[in-house]
Amino acid sequence: MQTLMIPEIGHYALIIALLMALVQGVMPLAGAATRRPLWMAYARPMATGQFLFLAIAYACLTASYLLDDFSVANVANNSNSMLPWYYKASAVWGNHEGSVLLWSLILAAWSFAVSRFSRELPRDMLARVMGVMGLVSVGFLAFVLITSNPFERLLPNVPQDGADLNPLLQDFGLIVHPPMLYMGYVGFSVVFAFAIAALLGGRLDAAWTRWARPWTNIAWAFLTVGIALGSWWAYYELGWGGWWFWDPVENASLLPWLAGTALIHSLAVTEKRGAFKSWTVLLAITTFSLSLMGTFLVRSGVLTSVHAFANDPSRGLFILVLLGITVGLSLLLFALRAPRVSHQVGFSWLSRDALLLINNILLVIMTVTVLLGTVYPLLLDALNLGKISVGPPYFNALFVPLTVILCLFMGLGPLARWKHTPARDLFRRSWLAGLAALVIGVVAPLLYRGEWNLKVSLGVVIALWIVLPMARDLWAKSRHSAGRLAGLRRLSLAYWGMILGHLGIAVTIIGVTVVSNYAIERNVRMGVGDSVEVVGYTFTMTELANRRGPNYLADAAEIEVRRGDSQRSFTMTPEKRLYIARGMPMTQVALRPGLFRDLYVAMGEDLEDGSWAMRIQYKPFVRWLWLGALLMAAGGVLAVADRRYRRTVTARDPERAVAAEPREATT
Amino acid sequence: MALITRLLLCALLLWPALGQAAVEVREFDDPVTEQRYRDLTATLRCPKCENQAIDDSDSPIAGDMRERVYLQLQDGRSDKEILDFMVNRFGDYVLYNPRLEGRTLLLWGLPAGLVLLGALVVVLMVRARRRTSARDLSAEERARLDALIKRERTE
Amino acid sequence: MKRRLLLLLPLAGFLVLGAFLYMGLSINPFERDSALMAREFPAFELTTLEDPERVVDASLLEGEVTLVNVWGEWCPTCKQEMPQLLDLAERGVRLVGVDYKDTREKGREFLTEFGNPFEVNIFDPEGSLGFDLGVYGAPETFLVDREGIIRYHHTGYIRPEDVRETILPEVERWR
Repeated sequence: MQTLMIPEIGHYALIIALLMALVQGVMPLAGAATRRPLWMAYARPMATGQFLFLAIAYACLTASYLLDDFSVANVANNSNSMLPWYYKASAVWGNHEGSVLLWSLILAAWSFAVSRFSRELPRDMLARVMGVMGLVSVGFLAFVLITSNPFERLLPNVPQDGADLNPLLQDFGLIVHPPMLYMGYVGFSVVFAFAIAALLGGRLDAAWTRWARPWTNIAWAFLTVGIALGSWWAYYELGWGGWWFWDPVENASLLPWLAGTALIHSLAVTEKRGAFKSWTVLLAITTFSLSLMGTFLVRSGVLTSVHAFANDPSRGLFILVLLGITVGLSLLLFALRAPRVSHQVGFSWLSRDALLLINNILLVIMTVTVLLGTVYPLLLDALNLGKISVGPPYFNALFVPLTVILCLFMGLGPLARWKHTPARDLFRRSWLAGLAALVIGVVAPLLYRGEWNLKVSLGVVIALWIVLPMARDLWAKSRHSAGRLAGLRRLSLAYWGMILGHLGIAVTIIGVTVVSNYAIERNVRMGVGDSVEVVGYTFTMTELANRRGPNYLADAAEIEVRRGDSQRSFTMTPEKRLYIARGMPMTQVALRPGLFRDLYVAMGEDLEDGSWAMRIQYKPFVRWLWLGALLMAAGGVLAVADRRYRRTVTARDPERAVAAEPREATT
Repeated sequence: MALITRLLLCALLLWPALGQAAVEVREFDDPVTEQRYRDLTATLRCPKCENQAIDDSDSPIAGDMRERVYLQLQDGRSDKEILDFMVNRFGDYVLYNPRLEGRTLLLWGLPAGLVLLGALVVVLMVRARRRTSARDLSAEERARLDALIKRERTE
Repeated sequence: MKRRLLLLLPLAGFLVLGAFLYMGLSINPFERDSALMAREFPAFELTTLEDPERVVDASLLEGEVTLVNVWGEWCPTCKQEMPQLLDLAERGVRLVGVDYKDTREKGREFLTEFGNPFEVNIFDPEGSLGFDLGVYGAPETFLVDREGIIRYHHTGYIRPEDVRETILPEVERWR
């Protein structure tokens, strides 16, 4: 296989893609500045070409993996001939070089998509947007080619076999999590490019926000799903059942999510009301900057260790320079071009505008808090003030109260109208829901566990405070002469998107609250024949066996689980695996998922007498965490499908499309 | 990428034992002590590992630390005494909940300060905007939007 | 004017953050000073590796500047740094070993095979002294002054250049 030229073809394709990105970055911007349509016309073909050649490069690397070409260093370090084909294909992004290539490919894909679906944009606006995306792409392709070339060969000393993909990554999670996360991170480059284009063009009106909103929603939805998948993966793969660790790498994904959440709300205000214009531009820049910074934090190792992703310090420096240029120039441009005079749009205390202002301020405070906690150890270290750690207790202590405050306002948000809502109306629409939330919340822990618990009550109250007023609103709005169903159909998809998104938050809050307060963990010693009872389930070890997988050996325990005196039982089979190529032991957890509880069994060490230390966990409502995230993402996507984003409709009904609030949401 | 990717890299370099649950069978006199044990081991950082509390880590030093926490709880020591004991040996680094002191003032104070500042901003902004007459877009903007839309239609 | 300054604020914030991130590139998060720096060597009462009957305590380290090296037979890096330790002993530095989480046989075998630069070895099979020293992996090396105060700490492998560049100057400084 080593004689094939596949990696070289990939390398050349990468170089051609870089050149095309360069043209895409320079010509349209220059064309827009000098009003030369011919130059601006470079944008579309270059975006297409860049995407095509990156796809070729990416396919070449994947082919090298599938064909076991161990003369390619990247393949030799991260794959093995025994690896199943689907892990070979996903091992491409299971390492630094390949994942940056995927990052670049996704950026090119977004850029290509914008060029395809934004035909209604004014030519100069499109040229500027494509130019900015091209420039970002230049930075990343240069990064790949100069510091992280995945096509490097190990010649002439070609290894017989590869070092294998780390067993932790040999999992479905690797197949789905990174691509989703990158789609989110990189997707924010679109709204960033729109914001920069608006600054460059000097047209900070509401129009750019309308064009950018669908792209932002989709990127945000991808990021939401990506984060949820990461949490779910860590939950079942690492073997101790945690789902969020406030690890710097997780925080790096949460930061753009928080800023992005603020952004999608502030975009709404700017589009509908023309307010917060500069602020929205700043948030768009910030959100993508935080995505870039996440990349830096993960790959430079500054916050984690010198041994993390890129142990080559030149890589860290390269990304930092890239970050400095992109973010520094954008913020400078912002300082120079943002409107000098703030544009005053009137609204009162009790208005959707004011509530969204509070939403934005709180989300920004949350973003700053997470960022502060994440980089604070580094700050102190750089100032020679010693080494400290900032971990879950800190983040929980601040993040939870901020979330509670946010949710209190969130409940009112959908009820309030733009500009002003009479206090009497607002009270009329919310008092019953509020009372019901309070009563149910206080009683819920008593009914569920027979014991009152302040934290659980608080969680349930705020979740219901989000859901119930919305439900009432939905009921009121779906009133229609032709029946309730017709009324529901009449509601806009944007409204449904908002409902789903907020419902998702409430579902996640319920999940977090219940699993944090009622999860049960038992560490027990078990031999064949031993039984343990946990929350009404009886776990009996029936067999211990040795197994052989495609590339590992395993000790497996058969655990029979029975609920109460029920006749029916099911089997759970946790394993302790030894992966042969790396000699690495791994815990393979046995999971029995359910909507209201997971059962989670992990094997620890074998104890001298032939029994094993086992960790049995009962995780109530843990699925709600991720279910909520899926609802949020669905809401984000649904809002994009709204009529007013479709061109034909827009053209027919311009007034309604740009400036006015969809009637259903105000009445 | 994500947590796992980072963990995996340490797994390669530092702890071959990552991805294994640290399972120990311990007996407690009462549920309160057991809860204190869980809280303490969740808030102490393993000094050897990259970013793991000692309750999650399989590293030998994390096992030693859990053992000490357990023994000192059995001796009836307070949480503060146990944390001090660990800090005396391994430094402030092992505390996931940083103490409030001079160098952490900004860490704890800034979020609180921002909340106050945020409240002030909201009050000032809304008060200023309440006086402005309510309107949607400026006439100039509306004209420009109309022009844009017209161009879309004709293009 | 006020607004213009306000608009520059994000850029200023980013530049500050960027400067810290740049500094962060050259920081090694694994290099931590021992929490015991400038404090007394912890009290202990353990037997020696050589003689199971001989009990030693912290007074062993008083009166002379001593380099205390925590090692174990199970630790590959400890084997690699033995030549440097032998070099230090030859230059007249007093070395005391702590055989950490080891068995007596294995510890002795280790010294026979790789040489013994230590005046005496404290045998710490449970790792209790190691724990009180805040050791979380071998090898670790502490410099203890005449009064038994810890003055310098080195985590991990001692390279030949570390001997010349840091350890010998530190020893001289506290002598």
